Amino acid sequence: MTVTTSSDANGNVSAATARASERAAEHAEAAQLQPVTFAKALNTALADALEASDDVVLFGEDIGTLGGVFRITDGLTDRFGEHRCFDTPLAESGIAGMAAGMAMNGMRPVIEMQFDAFAYPALEQIFSHIAKMHNRTRGGLKMPIVIRIPYAGGIGGVEHHCDSSESYYAHTPGLKVYAPATVADAYRMLREAIDSDDPVVFFEPKKLYWSKDRLDLDALRASYDDGAPASRSEGKAVIAREGSDATLVAYGPSVPTALAAAAAAAEEGRSIEVVDLRTIVPLDDATITASVRKTGRAVVVAETPGFASVASELVARIQERCFHSLAAPVLRVTGFDVPFPAPKLEEFFLPSVDRILDAVDELQWEG
Amino acid sequence: MGTPPIGADAREEDRAAYLDETARKFGISVEDYLLPTDGSIRILDETGALRPVGEQGTAPGHEYPLPEAGDLLEAYEALVVGRRVNDQNSALVRQGRMAVYPSSHGQEACQVAAALCLGADDWMFPTYRDSVAVMTKGIDPVETMTLFRGDWHGGYDPKKYKVGIQSTPLTTQLLHGVGVAHAAKLRGEDTVVLAMCGDGATSEGDFHEALNFAAVFKLPVVFFVQNNQYAISVPLAHQTAAPSLAHKAVGYGMAGERVDGNDLVALLAVLRRAVRLARDGHGPLLVEAHTYRMQAHTNADDATRYRQDAEVQEWLAKDPVTRMRAYLRSESVLDDAGEARIAEAAEAMATRLRDGLNEDVAPDPEDLFRYVFTEPTTQLQEQRARLVDELARDAATETEGTR
Ligand SMILES: Cc1ncc(C[n+]2csc(CCOP(=O)(O)OP(=O)(O)O)c2C)c(N)n1
Repeated sequence: MTVTTSSDANGNVSAATARASERAAEHAEAAQLQPVTFAKALNTALADALEASDDVVLFGEDIGTLGGVFRITDGLTDRFGEHRCFDTPLAESGIAGMAAGMAMNGMRPVIEMQFDAFAYPALEQIFSHIAKMHNRTRGGLKMPIVIRIPYAGGIGGVEHHCDSSESYYAHTPGLKVYAPATVADAYRMLREAIDSDDPVVFFEPKKLYWSKDRLDLDALRASYDDGAPASRSEGKAVIAREGSDATLVAYGPSVPTALAAAAAAAEEGRSIEVVDLRTIVPLDDATITASVRKTGRAVVVAETPGFASVASELVARIQERCFHSLAAPVLRVTGFDVPFPAPKLEEFFLPSVDRILDAVDELQWEG
Repeated sequence: MGTPPIGADAREEDRAAYLDETARKFGISVEDYLLPTDGSIRILDETGALRPVGEQGTAPGHEYPLPEAGDLLEAYEALVVGRRVNDQNSALVRQGRMAVYPSSHGQEACQVAAALCLGADDWMFPTYRDSVAVMTKGIDPVETMTLFRGDWHGGYDPKKYKVGIQSTPLTTQLLHGVGVAHAAKLRGEDTVVLAMCGDGATSEGDFHEALNFAAVFKLPVVFFVQNNQYAISVPLAHQTAAPSLAHKAVGYGMAGERVDGNDLVALLAVLRRAVRLARDGHGPLLVEAHTYRMQAHTNADDATRYRQDAEVQEWLAKDPVTRMRAYLRSESVLDDAGEARIAEAAEAMATRLRDGLNEDVAPDPEDLFRYVFTEPTTQLQEQRARLVDELARDAATETEGTR
């Protein structure tokens, strides 16, 4: 079943939007920039990638005529033809397995999984084959596949429509894992994922689909096409907000929440830095380490259930690399170790601004 | 027919003998037993008139007696109530009382027949779209809607009602149905399982595994495919190249049958026979019903993007409710008093749904941790304590704030 997000369901998106618009405000006003949605940025990235190479093909469930249940592929079949963007029969294992075969035969498939939890029938193909093919063939075969997954909570979806499944994929060697948090990153990271010769699991935070940012999409496209290294994001975390007292490490849907928490902390006189990882695999240890060494305190924020998760990995690495700079233990604010809850219980599950501020308060502040 | 051997004991001769015996019973060949009849079984025409026996789409070995008048009247009542349930629930979604409702408007004949072909000890395995079937099987309507209201991931007790929890991942429930049937068979119980899915779902791997298991183990499972022509936006022609979905059964060694899914009389006849054959040890069967989803996939879907209004209008003319009503009136099984009584029952159901779903039941946050394991782990106990503490502090600040 399909529950699509509506703009007013996107509770705490405003922080990301606020930050981005702040940064770009002056420039935007001068240039009369139009707000661009996260969804539009992804759609543009797909169109540009289809334009850039005939090897790129898009397929999945309902992505043709309908344009996907979230409309991310809207108009692409009309524009590029059914051989470039098409509906498959309803079978995720079939979609992923066929992508593997097409990649073996020189193409660059970009596949859509309709919802996070509905990718599970494809895990055999993804874990056992897509992730391992390069390794098993000693580099003989490449798997330039992008697996796009609308993911995580915040939209009040029913059963199976809101899993935070990133930890499974991040745990599987051979898969790259991307999780953009801003509109500009949605564009550039999707282009990069498609250009990557390795398989990329591309997590699209559902609650951010209709978030907007004023930016010059044409300039962004041009800078990507110029190959300017500055516009590359894989393995390059960004400091989404500067601060000196503590670091919040976040990715994807948790970045806006972390920024909102940092803004709230500022009102109480605490200067919080926010690191947006952008890609979980590969991970930018250097940026995380530099930030935590500077601030001496860290909280990792993620929706994933915390046990044996991306969040636990981040805490372990910070502890290993920054031990002598730490003024307090590194804490985590994550989903509880329970199945993703029904809509009415979601608010008690998701990392919230308050929960992050509580964790920040626990970081052994003196005086 | 004796109990056929299970699993590793099954030999080549047993397999052949088992199908032979079934076919012999009907005096037809094994191929004719396995293959669906040409076209759909249809007992009523589109105006609700009884079709001549020779034109009902049956063939030797596939003849269907007309169900009794009393059964048809009971089924019609469930049909009218089912229509009301669909429309009431769609209205509740529009009013924001429910997160989502996948309506089976237009498919109610299938829904009702699925529930009414089963005995009290038989199991049903429904999908998200099968709420009307679930309610017709006797489950409390408000409990049924809990999933869609967003309170919890399920709403009723599957063991008590012998109805699996409504499955949202496609076709996974078919294998659960197979498992229930296998357990029943090993225990010598007389249970039949009706496992339901849509046309799109037949492309999933689990569909094929379920059919194959059921056939190999000769289990009493009726696979009931409601072919409503679309899987969200994807039409049947893009889903399969097979002559029909019922034909898929043959490859696994099981019989398939096609039936008009808007003809409640034909549905009852075909499904009841399938259940009887399964109970008598003839193994699994697949029934494909041709019907139409009159509304969008869910309230979040825009059906105008992928289908023409003319097509929807065409199906409107085949509405199962008007058709059945016309038949029962012409047979004088249904009169004005009967209609009034049934309309009242439908209204009572709608009121029950409205009252139940308009009630604001505050969620208990501690429920998050209650049912993860039968015994909570120490980690979960810790997490629960943390949440309770957090909520207490929130409550305290709120009270302070209002002072
Ligand atoms: C494994 C899986 N993949 C994708 C989905 C998303 N989804 C929900 S319903 C649906 C279409 C199902 O069509 P069909 O089986 O014909 O049933 P209908 O909805 O028409 O009753 C899809 C793709 C899902 N629920 N489960």
